[in-house]
Amino acid sequence: MRILLSLLAGALFGGGLFVSGMTDTTKVQGWLDVFGNWDPTLAFVMGGAIIPMFIAWRLTPGRRPLVGGEFPSLPRPELDHRLITGSVLFGMGWGLAGLCPGPAVASITYNGMGGLIFMAAMLVGMGAAPAVGRGLDRMSAAA
Amino acid sequence: METDWIWGLVGGLLIGTGGAVYLLGNGRIMGASGIIGGLVDGSGWNTFWERAVFLFGVVVMPLILWPLYNVEIDTHMTTNWTVIIAAGLLVGVGTRIANGCTSGHGVCGISRFSLRGITATVFYILAGGLMLAIFRHVLGVV
Repeated sequence: MRILLSLLAGALFGGGLFVSGMTDTTKVQGWLDVFGNWDPTLAFVMGGAIIPMFIAWRLTPGRRPLVGGEFPSLPRPELDHRLITGSVLFGMGWGLAGLCPGPAVASITYNGMGGLIFMAAMLVGMGAAPAVGRGLDRMSAAA
Repeated sequence: METDWIWGLVGGLLIGTGGAVYLLGNGRIMGASGIIGGLVDGSGWNTFWERAVFLFGVVVMPLILWPLYNVEIDTHMTTNWTVIIAAGLLVGVGTRIANGCTSGHGVCGISRFSLRGITATVFYILAGGLMLAIFRHVLGVV
């Protein structure tokens, strides 16, 4: 059951990224490029995605997930240097290539060699992240 | 195209429905960087199949929908290898340090009015916009 629901969620996510045009880097960069030919599509994708998720969050209190267990424990609403620094680094890469992790996976079969190299670099970055994060913690503590 | 926003909305609704299935069904947050990253650094190996099957669905669905489109589909990916590698490294490191990307912080976070999700989204959009302003309009690289 858990595996089937995972497959369904993944298929909906991948299908949504595909039909919304979010695997086209010009549409993502078009949204970020306020000084160029601005493209609002990403705002519609984000807005559309938030609607079912908003309803889903409303349904969680007092209930359990379908497969049992608990809903994820949510982080305390605190801002820390990791959240800010990490998001800035991510945004820099996102702007440069027009790809974030979801669309990078969804387009892996039709994004050519560039898509494969991006994926490889992203996986290396993810592997290095725990060490980089600890380095940032030390810098933050020293500052 | 003037119909792009409709497809954006339809695709967005599909993405959000996927997130709702993952949350209400499996009790998980549908964050692409977390699902992938947990497999890379080992923190998610105890839920390996749940993650692997999700990613399989993400990869396969576009291939199923592909024949329904009679237009050419182009990702317009840059061919500048330096940019591709730098961008991939930044996205990988950044999303894991921030503990989320567009799907986790953006879709799943904003929809519950999470302070962290909203803050992360503001910062990655500002950083992305600034990079495009510099590397496209000043340097002309991307």
